[in-house]
Amino acid sequence: MATIAAHTGNLEDVPLRLKLRRVERRQKLKAFILVLPLLLFVLTTFVLPIGRMMFNAVHDNTLLKLMPRTMRALDAWDGSDLPGEAVYAALAGDLKESSAQRTASVIGKRINYELPGSLSEVISSARKVSKLSDGPYREALIETSPLWGQHGVWSLLKRGTSAYTGYYLLRSVDYQYSPDSRIVASPPENAIFRDVFLRTLGISIAVSVVTLLLGFPVAYLLATLPRKSSNLLMILVVLPFWTSVLVRTTAWVVLLQQHGVVNDTLMALHVISQPAELIYNRIGTIVAMSHIQLPVTLLPIYSVMKTISPIYVRAARSLGAGPFYAFWKVYFPQTLPGIAAGCLLTFILCLGYYITPALVGGPADQMVSSFVAHYTNEELNWGMASALGAILLTATLLLYYFFNKLVGVDRIKMG
Amino acid sequence: MAASAYASPMEKTWYCLHRMLCAMVLLFLIAPIFVVVPLSFNSVPFFTYPLPRLSLRWYQDFFLTVRWQGALYNSIFVAVSVTLLSTVLGTLAALGLSRPKFPWRTAVMTVLISPIIVPIVITAVGMYFFYADVGLLNSYAGLVLAHTTLATPFVVITVLATLTGFDHSLTRAAAGLGATPVTAFLKVTLPLILPGMISGSLFAFLTSFDEVVVTLFVAGAEQRTLPKVMFSGIREEISPTIIAAATILTLFSIVVLTTIELLRWRSERLRGIRNT
Repeated sequence: MATIAAHTGNLEDVPLRLKLRRVERRQKLKAFILVLPLLLFVLTTFVLPIGRMMFNAVHDNTLLKLMPRTMRALDAWDGSDLPGEAVYAALAGDLKESSAQRTASVIGKRINYELPGSLSEVISSARKVSKLSDGPYREALIETSPLWGQHGVWSLLKRGTSAYTGYYLLRSVDYQYSPDSRIVASPPENAIFRDVFLRTLGISIAVSVVTLLLGFPVAYLLATLPRKSSNLLMILVVLPFWTSVLVRTTAWVVLLQQHGVVNDTLMALHVISQPAELIYNRIGTIVAMSHIQLPVTLLPIYSVMKTISPIYVRAARSLGAGPFYAFWKVYFPQTLPGIAAGCLLTFILCLGYYITPALVGGPADQMVSSFVAHYTNEELNWGMASALGAILLTATLLLYYFFNKLVGVDRIKMG
Repeated sequence: MAASAYASPMEKTWYCLHRMLCAMVLLFLIAPIFVVVPLSFNSVPFFTYPLPRLSLRWYQDFFLTVRWQGALYNSIFVAVSVTLLSTVLGTLAALGLSRPKFPWRTAVMTVLISPIIVPIVITAVGMYFFYADVGLLNSYAGLVLAHTTLATPFVVITVLATLTGFDHSLTRAAAGLGATPVTAFLKVTLPLILPGMISGSLFAFLTSFDEVVVTLFVAGAEQRTLPKVMFSGIREEISPTIIAAATILTLFSIVVLTTIELLRWRSERLRGIRNT
């Protein structure tokens, strides 16, 4: 009885509720369809390629693809001593095929990453092996190249039986595999990446501090001046902000050159007698980057200062605080959200700098991005490029997450 | 704050120091542009003052050399294509996102604006690998698609900003009076969001016109854009023609962004957000 009552009680509004829900669902769908083209576009041309790059950092099936016989034969190898004749025969088969397919250099390059100097060995032994008609291959191979008698190369090949490798990520933080597949610190000549990351952090922190020190007083001036004059001065801040980074970097190249405007002026004023080294070093990098980032730090501080009412400082003064005490204890703490937003934004953007250090920095001022570009375009070592890129990207996204929690992405404004 | 008449000498000193510091910082900000631009009118290929004589020979070089002409043409062609594509995609997306009760709004928004968050080299490398696979490397299509990805977030953000405070009862009224959705969009929504769309498309144009890193990675010798030619020029040896090109880029940015600013100001005034 009760259920019937409930049922009949709802009989009138169930269709309406359903109808409403259906309409709402259709509305949602319509809204979603409008967004869909762009969403699909961004997913295919942006998210997917970057995801693939991240995947490349841990995925490498070169050996698995190009040396299938050896990889299969190595499955049975326990890794303690040199493998047996069967594995060597498989290797000879793979090398013969690679010689015919002209893929020996690809194999050699992959082995060369971990065992420097083995590229030519692999190519030459592939050429020699293709002339061998039949076994036993073990002695013959070791004779063509002592490389195949090393335990290290077999551990490497054994690691290659998995399509996933930690090698590139380990290299990015200056670790590598030892001949017996343990993780050890890279030798000093290879251990450059920790320096690169520290340098990137150092330059980013330095630029954030410089822009804060330069930007804070100007933001204060702009926030406290009467509207008319502050608008006029604001143009001086916004105009450089609107100019492209490449143009501003070009300007610094011209200014800081050995016979550029800055050196000429300083020499004409007899401040220095010899042209100073201002470009292709850390000074040039920090100056140019600070110039480019200054508006980015300044504008959030300014917009927070705009909202601070002057009555607090006045109240502090009337209660007997000195001007500096009032500023430091009452005004300054209120600007902290702006300082945090501006500095964090500048810091995050600095981490990814590429063009400016490339043009005004020296070899010792190149940041992570330059190495990503270098490995992509010059070394053609895509695994390394991906691993370094993956670390940089992860750091950036984590910082953005904090930035978003702290400030809110919605508050980023353009212009 | 102005120094009051009864400030202590110490305060007055600080006030002067602060003013001087600000003057220096503002000079630091603006000087590079204003010092370098006149050098493009130098009659001799040196970057020093005083200029012996003014001349337009570097601009002549810029506009008449095949290398620069081709680059300018490429830049304009790519930027115009990018503008059209990203304005359409971005406006549609902004219209969808502005609807009330949009599902997973934050997540979708994060994905859509992620191209302006990710470091540019990472984007460039990712696209380079991807394009190498699908055969878009060294093609105009690839370059336009890459720039569109970078430019569209600006269109989405600008058009969304115009749509905040958009009165949805206007379209409902149009529909109630018998307009089809298309008519309602063309006659009611479009005129209202047009300033935002124009601003967004100008941002898109400028993004593509100024972009260099992704171009360096995915464009071939045939798709040399203005920034790409400038970049390689600076790496080799900086010439006054590069300064002339930089001056033209700067002029362009200033004109475009002033237009955007005026449009925004006008639109806000029309919608009564700002009452000046």
